[in-house]
Amino acid sequence: MDVPRVNTQSPLREAEALDTSVQVALRAAANRRVVRRLLWVVVAMFAFGFALAPLYDVLCQVTGLNGKTSGRAAVARPLAVDESRTITVEFVATLNAGAPWDFAPQVTRMQVHPGQYYRTTYLARNLTDQLLVGQAAPSVTPGLAARHFQKLECFCFSRQEFKPGEERTMPVVFLIDPELPPEVHTVTLSYTFFKLDHIGG
Amino acid sequence: MSTLATYPATAAHDSHAGPGYGLRRWLLTTNHKDIGTLYLLFSLIMFFVGGSFALLIRAELFQPGLQLVDPHFFNQLTTLHALVMIFGAVMPAFVGLANWQIPLMIGAADMALPRMNNWSFWILPFAFTLLLSTLFMPGGGPAGGWTLYPPLALQTGQAFPYVILAIHMMGISSIMGAINVIATIFNLRAPGMTLMKMPLFVWTWLITAFLLIAVMPVLAGAVTMLLTDKFFLTSFFNAGGGGDPVMFQHIFWFFGHPEVYIMILPAFGIISQIIPTFARKPLFGYASMVYATASIALLSFLVWAHHMFTVGMPLRGELFFMYVTMLIAVPTGVKVFNWVATMWRGAMTFETPMLFAVAFVILFTIGGLSGVMLAMVPADYQYHDTYFVVAHFHYVLVPGAVFSIMAAVYYWLPKWTGHQLNERMGRLHFWLSVVGVNVLFFPQHFLGLAGMPRRIPDYALQFTEFNMISTVGAFLFGFSQLLFLYNVIQTIRGGQPADAQVWEGAHGLEWTVPSPAPYHTFTTPPVVD
Repeated sequence: MDVPRVNTQSPLREAEALDTSVQVALRAAANRRVVRRLLWVVVAMFAFGFALAPLYDVLCQVTGLNGKTSGRAAVARPLAVDESRTITVEFVATLNAGAPWDFAPQVTRMQVHPGQYYRTTYLARNLTDQLLVGQAAPSVTPGLAARHFQKLECFCFSRQEFKPGEERTMPVVFLIDPELPPEVHTVTLSYTFFKLDHIGG
Repeated sequence: MSTLATYPATAAHDSHAGPGYGLRRWLLTTNHKDIGTLYLLFSLIMFFVGGSFALLIRAELFQPGLQLVDPHFFNQLTTLHALVMIFGAVMPAFVGLANWQIPLMIGAADMALPRMNNWSFWILPFAFTLLLSTLFMPGGGPAGGWTLYPPLALQTGQAFPYVILAIHMMGISSIMGAINVIATIFNLRAPGMTLMKMPLFVWTWLITAFLLIAVMPVLAGAVTMLLTDKFFLTSFFNAGGGGDPVMFQHIFWFFGHPEVYIMILPAFGIISQIIPTFARKPLFGYASMVYATASIALLSFLVWAHHMFTVGMPLRGELFFMYVTMLIAVPTGVKVFNWVATMWRGAMTFETPMLFAVAFVILFTIGGLSGVMLAMVPADYQYHDTYFVVAHFHYVLVPGAVFSIMAAVYYWLPKWTGHQLNERMGRLHFWLSVVGVNVLFFPQHFLGLAGMPRRIPDYALQFTEFNMISTVGAFLFGFSQLLFLYNVIQTIRGGQPADAQVWEGAHGLEWTVPSPAPYHTFTTPPVVD
């Protein structure tokens, strides 16, 4: 075999060649060690991909990014009503593709004072002759206002069951926290209604 | 010959054996050269498959209106073109080059884990058979773009689980390849081959392998979540169930941005081998090249959201991702500077590999420049999802990554085959390619700036001329690649015999072995001074 021999005559090389079985074993152990460590990295990064899901939610909650509002009812506590400030709250309703409902806010716009409780309703009607289950996902714009938009009661907290053709008004009780940044004058609350036939949880 | 058994790589099987015979040789081989060849041939086939998808896309876009294909099939073409080119052509080509060259360049007898090497290659043909078979399934193949954004990707028909499985297989193959590269570089370097003496191709591949190990599992996680959202009633990305489709984009691009460096760092390594050879000067700034590569790799984990500036992000977030993205231009600039400085006052000759390498430096820099433009948030709102983006990433991937692969093949082909390249044919291929690629992609910048959206089979009338030019360039570039095929086959079959040195100015251990490189090399490790 025509193998080039570059400086193979070094004394070190000769000594190493004497005990090849030890060499082989050492090298194999070294390879196994590298593989084992790298496989741990692979497993950790696979887990990290999944860990991003809860981390993402935590990050959105802590920073108030993304317009996500709390999924739970806020606890009512007495707050000073700031009569000097008026905020416009707009209500939007969207149906996700393939959700067979009529879905609309009964009032599309309200003038509110921070710190005061308000109640409004959305109207939804099942357009089919079947039992339907749906759920609304809320979103607030501007995103940074989301954590100052507190809902004490909301149909979005739970699944809504509709009998065939049933029509129902669904309440939202909310308040705007007085700590809402002063540059915000209009807050939009949007609901997207989803049909729950394919969704677990 | 007792010293032959120094390495487990050769001791694990019979190191005295030559190549096997027939199909069994290729199915059962654990030889790094055989596996490198398999990877490269597979990549070449995928390059033509993905290229034919691209030509169908360009043919449809030759004029406005719908001529050749229906829109749903067009969407499948754009999706599969990307998946095939990224995971089937560019990445396996680099792994093939790594298999051939890394052991030769560091003085190792073989890769550290030869059997895993065989396995990581042979997964690929099955993965791509699975992926391409989706074209014939009810509802067609994936059509929501290679980024697989939900909810659109979840509307894929029966093909969906097959696509996910294919992506998992590609990921497993890449991860095994990366583990093998790292183990080889860490454990099998010849005595005296310290890390900072390694050739740059080896260095860039080492860093690339770490990127692969870090992000391919994240992609696997993301597509697994898509799969469970569709079939197992989870709601990771389903807003109706409390999930968020935007989260997919974050996870995907956390993989996706390092992925684009996976496709370019080995290219940097190749260019850093070729330019010193033909400039007949040592590489300018070797250490800075290594540090620049490492910093590009580290920064790549902090810039993912620049792919999604328009998705809705707070200003501070956009500013962060903008500045970090622009910061990457600094180490990249160091590299381009070093290549130019290597050529400066060199005794340059322009053989085919050097032509591709010089074209790489110029055209990759154009792609890098449009990348800096895209990094600017206010400007990105105009460019986002237009042909400007298409022009940008094709400039870095085609005259970038693909040219570097061709340069590498032309550079090392005499070593692999023992035959000199037919220079006339090589240069003809180069000039047709370089003209074709610019006619193909340069007008797409203007189309994007004028507002033509990507991934749409039809367009407004005012975009017609530039699209026609682009399509002409596409066919010129596409058919010129048949010359590449011809050149490779001709060089394998015959030609002037090549000596061990091959190129006058070449340095490195791979040039100390005869051409063609014997089936087993460095069974006795060389000592590097």
